[in-house]
Amino acid sequence: MTYSQGLDATFAALADPTRRAILARLASGDASVLELAEPFAMSQPAVSKHLKVLERAGLISRGRDAQRRPSRLEARPLAEATAWLAGYRRFWERSFQNLDGLLEQLKSQQKKQRRARRHRRLK
Amino acid sequence: MNAKDTFKITPSGDREIIMTREFNAPRKLVFETLTRPEYIKRWLLGPEGWTMPICEIDLKVGGTYRYVWRHSAKGTEMSLHGVYREIVPPERIVHTEQFDQPWYPGEALVTYALIERGGHTTLTCTILYDSRETRDMVLKSGMERGVVASYDRLENILAGIDVN
Repeated sequence: MTYSQGLDATFAALADPTRRAILARLASGDASVLELAEPFAMSQPAVSKHLKVLERAGLISRGRDAQRRPSRLEARPLAEATAWLAGYRRFWERSFQNLDGLLEQLKSQQKKQRRARRHRRLK
Repeated sequence: MNAKDTFKITPSGDREIIMTREFNAPRKLVFETLTRPEYIKRWLLGPEGWTMPICEIDLKVGGTYRYVWRHSAKGTEMSLHGVYREIVPPERIVHTEQFDQPWYPGEALVTYALIERGGHTTLTCTILYDSRETRDMVLKSGMERGVVASYDRLENILAGIDVN
């Protein structure tokens, strides 16, 4: 999977609020399907379905223990997605600040040109 | 109020993000900085380190544009292209937007509206995404500075990871 395809899978997996809540729960420690199903008032098959999506996106890994198969948060793909998305607001904030500076320059250039024209007319 | 404190990002309907920002300049000038390559190259650069070596604009309905950014220290490039749908100087521009890197899936439709009052211009940029999911993902980033940043514990984990 390329970097971009990875991000696509990550975003798709993160678009669901339940899956985001599951990730938040796993951030405080590994948990089995049963432990995850309880706080979300969901059936175990429903939780398993979400876990499959998260696992495919590389956001979690599952333990080998056949009984519990605890889920563990894999933070790296999440960090990649977060880094790109957090950049969005920063991108526009910085760009608009640049634009403030450019507009000031253009305004003072125009003022100078107007003054020069007036000066020529007066001569 | 300082112009830079007027920046807002808000959701609208199911699939839109609306950004507003005030500028201390007449809208004729703001319109030029949104449509002329020699100006765009000087401001649409985001954080430190990025330049825009390529900025091509065919400013007519049906005309295309293409922006290429480069970060020489990181050795990365990103690029964006689209088609102009409406051009009404100095008050309105509508164009499509698609990153060449599939950061978000599909194409977005971007509308710029410029309103002038007392020599100041309010720029409203409406971005219509092709699904609610895409919009929500982009928006969460803007509002919360991170996909699930409201969960503090997770943030702490992320803080310890080098994404470069």
